[in-house]
Amino acid sequence: MQKMIKKYFALFALPTLLAFIVAFVVPFVLGIYLSFTEFTTVTDAKWIGLSNYVKAFQDQDFVNALWFTAKFTIVSVISINVLAFLLALLLTQKVLGRNVFRTVFFMPNLIGGIVLGYIWQLMINGVLYQFEVTLTSSAKYGFWGLVILMNWQLIGYMMVIYIAGIQNVPKEQLEAAKIDGASNGIILRKIILPLVMPSITICLFLTISNSFKLFDQNLALTAGAPSKQTAMLALDIFNTFYSKAGFEGGGQAKAVMFFVMVALIVVVQLGITRRREIES
Amino acid sequence: MKMRNKMLSLLLIAALVFVAACSNNGGTKGGSTSGGAESIYFLNFKPEIAEVYEQIAKDYEAETGVKVKVVTAAAGTYETRLKSEIAKSEPPTIFQINGPIGYNAWKDYTLDLKDTKLYSYLSDKSLAVTEGDGVYGIPYVVEGYGIIYNNAIMEKYFALPNKATNVSSMEEVNNFDTLKAVVEDMQANAETLGIKGVFASTSLSAGEQWRWQTHLANLPLFYEFNDAEGYESTVLAGLDANEIQFTYGNNFKNIFDLYINNSTVKPTLLGSKSVADSMAEFALGQAAMVQNGNWAWNEIANVGGNVVNQEDIKFLPIYTGVAGEEKQGLAIGTENYLAINNKVSEAKQQASIAFLEWLFSSDKGKAYVTNDLGFIAPFNTFTEDEKPADPLAAEVLNWMNKDTIAIAWTFAAFPSEDFKNDFGDALLEYAQGTKTWDEVKTIVVESWKKEKAK
Repeated sequence: MQKMIKKYFALFALPTLLAFIVAFVVPFVLGIYLSFTEFTTVTDAKWIGLSNYVKAFQDQDFVNALWFTAKFTIVSVISINVLAFLLALLLTQKVLGRNVFRTVFFMPNLIGGIVLGYIWQLMINGVLYQFEVTLTSSAKYGFWGLVILMNWQLIGYMMVIYIAGIQNVPKEQLEAAKIDGASNGIILRKIILPLVMPSITICLFLTISNSFKLFDQNLALTAGAPSKQTAMLALDIFNTFYSKAGFEGGGQAKAVMFFVMVALIVVVQLGITRRREIES
Repeated sequence: MKMRNKMLSLLLIAALVFVAACSNNGGTKGGSTSGGAESIYFLNFKPEIAEVYEQIAKDYEAETGVKVKVVTAAAGTYETRLKSEIAKSEPPTIFQINGPIGYNAWKDYTLDLKDTKLYSYLSDKSLAVTEGDGVYGIPYVVEGYGIIYNNAIMEKYFALPNKATNVSSMEEVNNFDTLKAVVEDMQANAETLGIKGVFASTSLSAGEQWRWQTHLANLPLFYEFNDAEGYESTVLAGLDANEIQFTYGNNFKNIFDLYINNSTVKPTLLGSKSVADSMAEFALGQAAMVQNGNWAWNEIANVGGNVVNQEDIKFLPIYTGVAGEEKQGLAIGTENYLAINNKVSEAKQQASIAFLEWLFSSDKGKAYVTNDLGFIAPFNTFTEDEKPADPLAAEVLNWMNKDTIAIAWTFAAFPSEDFKNDFGDALLEYAQGTKTWDEVKTIVVESWKKEKAK
């Protein structure tokens, strides 16, 4: 059988490999190439070297977007994971109707980002109208609006992952600890947390990369208003590419840097949290 | 175990076959459609008339056998759409540029139309987008914008016993001071007049700012470039200007303040309003005036519960307090130029030109243009009777014949979308009270300089 697999490996991997090449490798390589060129459409490009990167770095909007994105990511990653973990703890206790609650909390994740963005825009504006301001009045509103929206969407998803982790904690260990007289706090810190580290790794990875790459929700909720103060990196890249004539290459250069940044952050995070995982 | 392995192999083979079948299918499909001259592709800019184009395409195919594919870009996404469509193996053969700045972005793709009949039809040859000897963009519609007002509400105001002005007809409103006096007095009497505010809301949400950062911004810059000497037109002066002074900035502030302070909603709430909101307010009689162009007729007419009578809907020029503005007319011009893709086959180029010539010169095509598309077409193939009948287009024609000076669409010379967006963003912050007018002025001047330097 092993021999068979080796023999036919290439043949059977081919469809997936083809799809991967067509849908990922080719656009990726083309994208990197285009970041070094000047072009209007992707089919005719002139090589101009590094000047797109110089342009991108000189762009104040890009730097602003980077800061805004960083702040947003820190706040939302912390709030999403803390809240999701607390919910997971709650819904692994014997609560009446806990399966219903799990489903309800998970559901927001099934709605698309654009739709969510517009719904929340209506709701938040509805509230802010009472005070005669709107979401665009100040970047503060846009920032917290995005945080709330992101929390609402992702908490349920992360909760499901944490629940799975918590349910895998061996009952015997918990029982033994209880008999030895450990308080609930100690059980949580010394037994549950170390054992759900794999879930924490995956949840942190998902929330960091999702927050960093956020686009739809940003576009629908504020579209960067007022004055691009709430534009995140992905939106800034999109705007550079499409609304500045002659800046297609600049947008592409930003996108390549964006990829490198996200990849670096995520790799570092995975490295750190992986090291803390232990075998149960 | 053996059974399972066999099943697995079978499944994998099925997957392989499926993939192969798919790619095969794609191949034959591609082969049949990649035709020669018998199909052309028009990327349409105006979503409000997309259905009419579908009908025209069907008719044209029935008449000549040439298949016309019409794709319409959603509002505000034309450049985005064009960029992706033109890179395809079946790119648009006819597309649209928005003037000299748009030509600059697309000049590698536009065909020289100097020798076509279409160009010879153009009544005023200076309207075309040209470079050197070549003609690269041909305007197909002339449009006008100004302040649209509901005459029924105005009459009601003029009949008020306690009105504070002595203006008694719209004829007398021919400068900013009179307009301001009337508007402010109307706002004070809003309840008696049965309106929420004089002006429909000044839509400042993202993507809905074009009426201010493009159309209204046109006025101060028209006057500024008009003062520049040695240019044939304000657009040429604008294209040459690496920096602007925004000399008439305070005139812009005059009218903009009037819009936002005498409106249906508080200025701080404008960041959530769209153009559709504003047109609906006008159509429902909640506002007496709204700044827009003749293309807005469909939008007004199609609002459910529309209370505005066709004969009550009129145009007023946008007065901003410039000396001598009693002679000022509507802002009339075009930002819609047809261009032919020079990267498609010769046969397709010719077929595309033939289609446009049919549309703008045959009886059937002209009927579509006048009655269904509602265009005031700038071609000499159209007779006096072949003009659109909707009230706003009729008003535009009316103003063109009056003894007034039309404001040229100078925004064709605005350096980029980003300049407009910077302007619009600053206006939003000004309306919300987070920026002063002086800051707005600085942003406009700086942004022009920055975008020109690129």
